[in-house]
Amino acid sequence: MSHTDVVSRSAGELTAPPAAPHHRRAVHLKRMTPYLLILPAVVLELLVHILPSVAGVITSLFDLNQFYLRQWFDAPFVGFSNYSVALNFSSSVGDALVHSFAVTILYAVVVVAFSWFLGFSGALILQQAFKGRGVLRTVFLIPYATPIYAGVIVWDFMLQRDNGLINHVLVDDLHILGQPAFWLLGNDAFISTAVVAIWRMWPFAFLMTMAGMQSIPEEVYEAAALDGAGPWRRTYHVTLGLLRPVTAVLLLMMFLWTFNDFNTPFVLFGTAPPPSVDLISMHIYTNSFVNWNFGLGAAMSVLMLAFLMVVTGLWFLWDRRGHRHGW
Amino acid sequence: MKRSKLAAAVALAAFAGAALVGCSSSSGSGSGSSLAGTTITYWATNQGPSLQADQTILTPELNKFTQETGIKVNLQVIPWTTDDTKILAATVSGKGPDVLNFGNTDAWTFGATGALLPWTSSELSQVGGAGKFIPNVLAAAGQAPYTSLPLYSQAYGLFYNKAMFSKAGLTPPTTWQELVSDAKKLTNPATQTYGLAIQGASVSESMHFAYIFARQNGGSPFNAQNQPTFTTAGNVNGLKQYLDLMSSGVINPSDAQDSTGTLQASEFAHGKAGMIMVQNGSMSSLASQGMSTSQYGVVPIPAPSPLPPGGQDLASFVAGTNIAIFKDTPHLAAAIKFVNFMTSKSEQQILDEKYQLLPVLSGASQNFLSDPAIAQTFISILNTRAQPLPVKANTEAYQQAVGAQLVTLMGKAATGTQLSTSAIEAALQSAQAQMPASQ
Repeated sequence: MSHTDVVSRSAGELTAPPAAPHHRRAVHLKRMTPYLLILPAVVLELLVHILPSVAGVITSLFDLNQFYLRQWFDAPFVGFSNYSVALNFSSSVGDALVHSFAVTILYAVVVVAFSWFLGFSGALILQQAFKGRGVLRTVFLIPYATPIYAGVIVWDFMLQRDNGLINHVLVDDLHILGQPAFWLLGNDAFISTAVVAIWRMWPFAFLMTMAGMQSIPEEVYEAAALDGAGPWRRTYHVTLGLLRPVTAVLLLMMFLWTFNDFNTPFVLFGTAPPPSVDLISMHIYTNSFVNWNFGLGAAMSVLMLAFLMVVTGLWFLWDRRGHRHGW
Repeated sequence: MKRSKLAAAVALAAFAGAALVGCSSSSGSGSGSSLAGTTITYWATNQGPSLQADQTILTPELNKFTQETGIKVNLQVIPWTTDDTKILAATVSGKGPDVLNFGNTDAWTFGATGALLPWTSSELSQVGGAGKFIPNVLAAAGQAPYTSLPLYSQAYGLFYNKAMFSKAGLTPPTTWQELVSDAKKLTNPATQTYGLAIQGASVSESMHFAYIFARQNGGSPFNAQNQPTFTTAGNVNGLKQYLDLMSSGVINPSDAQDSTGTLQASEFAHGKAGMIMVQNGSMSSLASQGMSTSQYGVVPIPAPSPLPPGGQDLASFVAGTNIAIFKDTPHLAAAIKFVNFMTSKSEQQILDEKYQLLPVLSGASQNFLSDPAIAQTFISILNTRAQPLPVKANTEAYQQAVGAQLVTLMGKAATGTQLSTSAIEAALQSAQAQMPASQ
């Protein structure tokens, strides 16, 4: 901004000096240019993200249910009563929320860990040029590019107990299992959902890691090799080390997305997921859009938002410390 | 700089305020100009075996209406999975169809929002009065002033495969104990044949059976003061009666994953299941699977004999679809004319026959189902052994809470977990806690 300031000021001085207010207005306009350019983005961000979030927080303070849907502002103000219902761990609502929260954290950790591991391995392997590398790279990106519903519905068919492809392969072809298993019920449902989520998420990790790896210069590898580092040590210290900034952001983004994952459990199970896959996004959806108890659903959303902000805040602190140590 | 920032902030605040206020505004009602040439929007529910089938069935009838009155109808067929959400969105935004359908168990929940036109005597007189409907069926829509009117009716029946029964030397069951023993005789895991097939993962079906079997065992979801009473012995025993079917092995465990009914219909049509408990509307699904009505018979779902204390010989609840008008519609007169058309004797006869549904009008003839004997059975179930679900505004929450718990329990039973009474009671307790407190 200072550059444009200087330029505009000197431009104003070089040309024939116009009347004083005109000059001020021209400079005024030039100073406003950057703000005008980002104004559409800011407006849209406010309308699409910020204002609805604020509305959600406000909704959580009211007892908004089906009776007040048409006149929001008539709903009774109940203060933090929705929060106390949600956080009352001795009641079944609070208990279910805690259980759902624990399941979601476990789910997010498992999915992010495996996705990142697969993505990193894939990117590492595809660093060397070999015949068919381009094709493989495209194929690896397909799960991420597939529309979510189409992809998850195909998995739903594959996971069916009687006619599904998975059981057919495991039981009839490979004889790994004696009996066809329930992939959409009980504890196995968690594994199925996690596998589907990893299938969707790992190409993103692969893409980001691959892009990050491109910026690591060859000389560093050569120097490390000259110093006597074997391939594993080179990978660990050079590749992983120099990828830290990328990995840090990648892990945070994947954690936030997976924590909020609604599409995968909804397409697989509808509104009645098995307890082992009771993700918090589904919990909130059921309370808001099925029970029509929007106040409670909004309170749960705010609690989830608060948790994710704490996680992000901690991440920032960790990231900052890393920068200070000079990555 | 400061001034422009302030101006921008004020503009944004005004914008935001207008957006929020706009959400809750409502437009005025329609004018009384000539109706010919107006177009109304109609959200129909998926009554046929597919969305396309509904389009095929309804379009000629709507064309008839347009020829008679000059009013065009913009038809949209909404799948059941998104019906509630779409109506919710329309209620909140004030922008919805002119006429819409929904399941009659949701009638009071939607009515409570105030988004639907109440049918006072002046509107009712334009459709022939409330007296033209079967009283039991109208009662399922609540009490006057009604916010929706019955359009189609359904009841549950026990369908049995005639060939399988005669081969095993069985007669259709008249008590619940007989049903269980018949099912056991028909079950042969070696040939993957089972006595019964269910939609184990369907929230709505689960709730229906939770209600019917609870009533058979003397329980009820709500008491006289509208308080939820899910955990009484009658309710628990009712759920246990349904879950024991899966635990005793007479149902294919894979049915616990079926939420759409496709697996169930396919199993019954191909002789892999001897009995199913479904609504009469499923007859069209069976027909599309290649099963003719001569291959199966229908009897009422039996109750335990002797009846438990407080129990009722209930075979079904009054299922069905209601039709309603959005209060904010700008085409009120045209919408009422359309509702009159859809609930007229002639149209009801045509639609009931095409959809295989039961009539909602008193004194309707009984030749609407392809098999008169089956039609007679359903009519008698509807008139004598069916009762409406509790007509409280919380019915939808009840459906989700109890239905979802029963789906989970059924999944546990399918994977071999033994379900104790206390486990069922705990699940119902959890469901009850989710009920919204206010009425």
